[in-house]
Amino acid sequence: MNTQISTDICIIGAGPVGLFAVFEAGLLKMRCHLVDVLPQVGGQLSEIYPQKPIYDIPGYPEIKAQELVDNLMEQIKPFDPGFTLGERVERLTKQEDGSYQVMTSDKTSIHCKVVVIAGGLGCFEPRKPDIENLQLFEGKGVSYMVKDPELYRDRKVVLAGGGDSALDWTIFLANIAQEVTLVHRGDTFRGAPDSAEKVFKLAEMGKINLVLSAHLNKINGDTHLEKVHLLSKTKEEKILDADYLIPLFGLSPKLGPIGEWGLNIEKSAIAVNTEDYSTNVERIYAIGDINTYPGKLKLILSGFHEAALMCQSAFKYVYPDQKLSFKYTTVYGVNTF
Amino acid sequence: MIKLTVVDRDDTEQEIEIPTDINLNLMEVLKASEYNILATCGGMALCATCHVQVLEGLEQLTDAQDAELDMLDTLPDAGTDSRLACQLKVNEQLNGIKVKIRGEEA
Ligand SMILES: Cc1cc2nc3c(=O)[nH]c(=O)nc-3n(C[C@H](O)[C@H](O)[C@H](O)COP(=O)(O)OP(=O)(O)OC[C@H]3O[C@@H](n4cnc5c(N)ncnc54)[C@H](O)[C@@H]3O)c2cc1C
Ligand code: FES
Repeated sequence: MNTQISTDICIIGAGPVGLFAVFEAGLLKMRCHLVDVLPQVGGQLSEIYPQKPIYDIPGYPEIKAQELVDNLMEQIKPFDPGFTLGERVERLTKQEDGSYQVMTSDKTSIHCKVVVIAGGLGCFEPRKPDIENLQLFEGKGVSYMVKDPELYRDRKVVLAGGGDSALDWTIFLANIAQEVTLVHRGDTFRGAPDSAEKVFKLAEMGKINLVLSAHLNKINGDTHLEKVHLLSKTKEEKILDADYLIPLFGLSPKLGPIGEWGLNIEKSAIAVNTEDYSTNVERIYAIGDINTYPGKLKLILSGFHEAALMCQSAFKYVYPDQKLSFKYTTVYGVNTF
Repeated sequence: MIKLTVVDRDDTEQEIEIPTDINLNLMEVLKASEYNILATCGGMALCATCHVQVLEGLEQLTDAQDAELDMLDTLPDAGTDSRLACQLKVNEQLNGIKVKIRGEEA
């Protein structure tokens, strides 16, 4: 917290396009720092479809999404980029000399000469159940991910959801919390079969409470969460004492803070100049799924191309006194700093 | 022609007609009819943003496969009448049904 980082290019978004931009920047001896709100790199590939094969990456007749991300990480290793994961970029502040201060949700501050927005579809944010007062208790008992399981030691925890993360955390917290209740809308789980089986076993052994065919209805408390009200399909109400409520319904992308930075936004995407993928604000570029221009295709391939052109243009801000001459990697190799 | 009724998020209702011989799914038809649907995954049952509630005609639809049920399980607001529009092929099964759009806006 309150970390200070200094770099040439700050890349917002560690999806495939942000990752490849590190390589292109590295060839021109520009250092990069990446920030992503997700706890892992890879953007949509790692979050939505890690096991799906992709067929339109040149040179790979078929490659699994996560494998492509792993390869990109390998490819950029020589350039040793910095990463800040699990934090959302909230603010960009222009400095007197034209450089930028990038501020995250956890107060990490990144000073850079160029900002590259490779934010894809935007921030992946938790899907929230539709219950009154939910926002009021965020950070006061309600959270949408488990960052530090120790927080729940000897406490009463209610989890909600039917996917893998709800099952996995229920199993994990069963040994840590004083009381764990899992609430699920249906009566069967379709997450990984052995996780579902484990959850049913734990319930049989009395190690967790399992409330099926029910949903969250109300929450209340004084300054911190105290009670969670459930409503069953047959409209019966059940009230649980709870210190923590963790709704786990997956993530959904939202444009988020990017919309507030004075950039030209057209239908949730940033309008750019196709010469170099610069935005209407000097020293801020936008590449990959987040940008838009006539003929835009939301493909990994297009994002890679955009990353290369962006770097050629960004060079003038990082090395204002040097002239850039283009060289192939076959001539030049991949020289690190 | 297949006729179905679409209820938007603001409860406005509209009947739409679709030719029987097109190889599309309901999500694509809704998008083509200018409904605001995110459909992040492009119809792979991976994002659940094409969630619809079937108000009428649920019984005439083919049963949901595991991938669809898995995704529906992750939605906080899914009910027994929920489906993913991208998993519903345009054919006779859709004739006369009424769906309400529930997924997130683009
Ligand atoms: C199911 C599916 C299948 C696909 N198949 C293919 C295919 O076969 N071929 C193909 O070319 N493309 C495919 N795509 C599209 C491809 O995934 C995208 O084009 C690609 O992911 C775009 O990369 P990106 O780096 O621009 O953005 P993303 O992958 O979306 O990454 C953006 C990252 O930015 C982060 N972010 C956003 N805002 C902030 C902020 N304010 N602070 C911090 N972090 C932020 C997000 O958390 C995210 O991790 C597919 C997409 C899906 C969903
Ligand atoms: S479009 Fe993604 S699940 Fe239907």
